[in-house]
Formats: sequence, C-alpha cells, structure tokens
Amino acid sequence: MRHLLTTADLQFETATALLDTAEALKQALLGREVRKLPTLRGRTVVTLFYESSTRTRASFEIAGKWMSADVVNVSAAASSAAKGESLRDTAITLAAMGADCVVIRHPASGAAHRLAGWVPAHVINAGDGTHQHPTQALLDAATLRDRLGTLNGRTVTIVGDVLHSRVARSNIQLLITLGARIHLVAPPTLLPWGIANWSGQNSGAHNREQSWPVTVGHDLDAALPGTDALMVLRVQAERMHGGFFPSAREYSISYGLTEARLRRLPEHAVVLHPGPMLRGMEIAASVADSPRAAITDQVRNGVHVRMAVLYHLLAAQEEQQ
Amino acid sequence: MSSPFGTGAAGSPRQHELLSAADVARIVARIAHQIIERTAPQPVVLLGIPTRGVPLVHRLADRIREFGGTLAGVGTLDVTLYRDDLRRRPTRPLQPTELPAGGLDDALVVLVDDVLYSGRTVAAALDAVREYGRPRAVQLAVLVDRGHRELPIRADYVGKNVPTSPEEEVGVLLVETDGTDAVVIRRGPR
Repeated sequence: MRHLLTTADLQFETATALLDTAEALKQALLGREVRKLPTLRGRTVVTLFYESSTRTRASFEIAGKWMSADVVNVSAAASSAAKGESLRDTAITLAAMGADCVVIRHPASGAAHRLAGWVPAHVINAGDGTHQHPTQALLDAATLRDRLGTLNGRTVTIVGDVLHSRVARSNIQLLITLGARIHLVAPPTLLPWGIANWSGQNSGAHNREQSWPVTVGHDLDAALPGTDALMVLRVQAERMHGGFFPSAREYSISYGLTEARLRRLPEHAVVLHPGPMLRGMEIAASVADSPRAAITDQVRNGVHVRMAVLYHLLAAQEEQQ
Repeated sequence: MSSPFGTGAAGSPRQHELLSAADVARIVARIAHQIIERTAPQPVVLLGIPTRGVPLVHRLADRIREFGGTLAGVGTLDVTLYRDDLRRRPTRPLQPTELPAGGLDDALVVLVDDVLYSGRTVAAALDAVREYGRPRAVQLAVLVDRGHRELPIRADYVGKNVPTSPEEEVGVLLVETDGTDAVVIRRGPR
C-alpha cells in the first residue's frame, strides 16, 4: 500500500489486515507506562489541514508520536496558504523538507488524490470535501468489530446528512467490503441525487463508486428494529448553502436520535457518531452519554487505526512502482 | 498457518529431516530440566516469540510444571515493532503480545524461540522486554542454533546445534502451526 486515499481501494484482505494490526497495536500498548514504540524512528509525518479539526489531527499526531515518528503540523490558516500559495506548491515545499508522509484534509473533493501525483511522499486522505475520510471508516469498523464481533451480515443504518458526508461514503464502501448491509435514512434533500435508482441495482456488477449496493429510506423509526449499528451523522451546516430542511427543530423531530428511539433499537445495537456532535440536533445528550453509544471508543480506536495505517505505509520496504 | 517451506513434501531430494517428532519432544523435555537446574528455586517467566516460539513456550511450560519446576508466568512477546529490518521487507503482520499479569520487573525471564540465526530477533526481543519492565535477568532458549550470528548474542539453552550454510533453510514444524513435529533442512538456492 503506497497511499490511503479512499476506502474503495481497500480489498477485504487489506482492510482486515489494517484492522488486525490496529488491534495488535492496542494490545501491545495496553497497560504500559511508556506508550512509545520505536517502529517509525526517523520518519517524518506532516499533517496538512485546510479545514478545522480537533480529533483527526490530534489523533494522527498522537499515532505518529507513539510510533516515534517526527510529526509536524501545518494548518492552512497559519501557513503560507493564507498568503495565496497553492496546494501544489505547499506540498512540494513540505516534501522537499523530507516529509515521508503527508496527511491532508482539504475542502475540495479529490485534493488528496491530486497531491499523491505531485509528491514522492505517502499520502493519507484525512478528509477531502464530501468525498472520503478513510481512517474514520476504519476506526468505525474497528469499533463495530469490538462491539458486534463481526461485520459480516450486520445491518448498519446511517442516518442524517448523507449528501455532504465523506464519512458516509467511506463507511459505505468499507463496511460493504467487510460484509455488512447498509441502510441509509435521510430526508430526500440530504441524499445524493438519484441514489434510489442506483441502490440495489448492479451491486458489484460495475464500478462500486457509481453504484452503492445500499437500501434507502426516509423513516428512521421504521429502520430501528432491524439495525445492529446506528451511525448518526452530523448536520454539516458549513457545507449547506440553501434550504435542505425547514428548521433544526423539525430535523431533530424526524431524524434526531432521542431516548425513545434508542429504546426501539435492539438490545445489542450500538450507536456511533463521527463527531463533532451537535447535541440536541442529531443526537440527544443523554443518548450520546449512554453506554450504548461507542463514541469515546471510536476516538480511542482512531489512534490505533491511524498507527496501523502509518505502520502499513511507512514501516515496510518501499513497493516497486 | 502455512509451513515455512510451502507445501513441499518432507523427504524430497533437496530437503531432509534433521529432527523427528520424538527428537523434538526429547529436546523440549531436556531444556525443561536444564531450566529447572539453572534457575530453581527462583520462579521463571517464560516468553515465547511468535510464531513458533509460542507453541514451544507452552510445551516447555507443561514439562517444567510436570518436572516440579516453578513458573511465575507464561506469555508471548511479539518483537515485530522493534525489528531493525522492517524496511527491508514487505509489511509484516503483527502477532499478539500477552504478558503475564505479574509483569517483568525483577523477574527471571527466559525467551523461547525456534531457531537462532542472525540474532536480530533476539536483539529486538531484548529491546521489547526493556519497554515492559526491568527483569532481574534474561535468558534464551532455542530449539535449533544454526550459527551465522550477526550480533554478540548466544543462547543459554540450545536444543541442537546445526552447522548450516547461509544458502540452506532450517524449518521448524510444529503440530500447532504446521500439523506435524519435525525440524527439516532444505538446500538452496531458493
């Protein structure tokens, strides 16, 4: 593996190997006073963030540091990008300083893919527009494996702003690869146009990017009893330029995860949220804090999953191109 | 778990058996006696190095208990993250590390592996051990010592010394991982 740009690139074997490595790293660090492994000594990881982030950036930094890599953080707001430098020039500059790996978050879909063609470094996509956020999907899969044992045959319901969600896109592709069934629930305005025509048709027959073998509904209550894991998405106001629903209150009544809805989920079902949460909007505060919610587990697994990705990209012999 | 030599049958012209199943059993019993002699009455912590050090460590632990020795714990120690040759090979999968509940501080630790060759695995294991605690002493037990050390490392307990050439491969087969017990040697080139 040279880059991690999209979960569509991950075959079952690769995805499973990454998750197994994350689990082994978690075990290796369990109960240790000094959480430091020498594995990536002398390797330099640059995080290049053109969008705000708390958990993803911090998580990559911690993952790199626990494996003894040197981690440099660049945020666009405080960099030469604010003076008008292009992404390409910034990336080439960082690569010239010896970055072995660039972790990029950018508001434009496809930014990570472009970057991978410009620099010799390994590129990890930490979120590009509404396209992909592969490490988020991997940490969600790791959390679901912990809680449900396996993803094979499990039904994962994704509710909320699917239209703008790179988390949803990444998860759909990864979780289906791992054997899960995906059900999307959202108001029609927050689903990609024409998705009802794609879903269920041509599943696996041609390009998975274009046809999602998912089922789609608009009624959250109807979906709850058959759900093994409920993934609640944030309503991304920063990407909404127009009226997608009448009011926050109305969205919350129809699609918010309330305590009453939590009770209608099966006993074993687990609740995920990629964060940051809007409590009272898409998820009630009491639900977010309940033991049924695996939200802090997701964050904890995020560090191990990112360590695993860095290990697979940086620790082995360079693949011959 | 696949055999270290793929599916090739034992006894093919380029491969011959060095130790039989009975030899392996006798050697494990002998090393168990030696560990008791050298360490009693101090209890020891046995740590197997994956992959084939793990079944070996459990067999050794069973024999030591059977012969009246005392164990402070049995565990496994994956050294992959501490290797100095990671960047010379494709990605190595990680194996589980399970340390005894008592930890390694002030313990008498015996590392257990199948083959001692360059010594680099053991060097990585010593680095890994240091991360988990400060043992009173660390010793090394191996089923086969095939020579060609690249580091100043020697084993305290050796099942069998086997003079080899670097072109040869030594394969330890164990029931738990390979379905049969044997040590075989195969002549190169690969």
